[in-house]
Amino acid sequence: MTADMAYEERNTWISGVATFVSYVVYLGIVLLRAKGIPLADVQYVAPLLWTLASSIIASIVGCVVGACLWGKGCGKKDVRDREIERFGGYVGQSFMCMGGSAALILAILEADHFWIANAIYLGCVLSTVLGSITKIVAYRRGLGFC
Amino acid sequence: MKPTRVTNAIRSLRFAHGEMTQAELADRIGVTRQTVIAIEQSRYSPSLEMAFRIARVFGVSLDDVFKYSEDEEEMA
Repeated sequence: MTADMAYEERNTWISGVATFVSYVVYLGIVLLRAKGIPLADVQYVAPLLWTLASSIIASIVGCVVGACLWGKGCGKKDVRDREIERFGGYVGQSFMCMGGSAALILAILEADHFWIANAIYLGCVLSTVLGSITKIVAYRRGLGFC
Repeated sequence: MKPTRVTNAIRSLRFAHGEMTQAELADRIGVTRQTVIAIEQSRYSPSLEMAFRIARVFGVSLDDVFKYSEDEEEMA
């Protein structure tokens, strides 16, 4: 991450990394708690909410710190940024829909709350992370490559 | 291979206009410097409106700034 990077690209990196890291932490906590008991019986609510909140706070703090360190062009968004954001949004939304659909199917099948909540959470994470990757590729290689 | 067939002469036009910086051009057409870099490197095709604004900054016609390559070889 450098001063030469577009403001929006830097924020995309920050939110993508924050979301990915917080989800890895969540998975680690859940898997550690699952030793000897079925996954569906693990106390997952607190880690889920904490890691979700942490990723949002880390993204905001990261963006503020980034703006302080490399403030040039801060908040400036042009037509290319908006096109890339829209394209990344399309990709991200498709994973959000998949997560929602998976949760719906699980609810119809009367699966445990654990699986329903995790399907939605995974959908959110994939939406953010893959949307961010798409945007970064578009920033680096152009929209024509996507 | 470049992602767009649109090539441009912005770099040479900038130097021909008193070594105008990318930041200065960006300010004059209302985009970020990174967008000017992306256009110069043919990683981004500007909108028609932005293309006209760029041409107007240099005081030339659109054809003098942008070219559309017909051949794949020209793009390499």
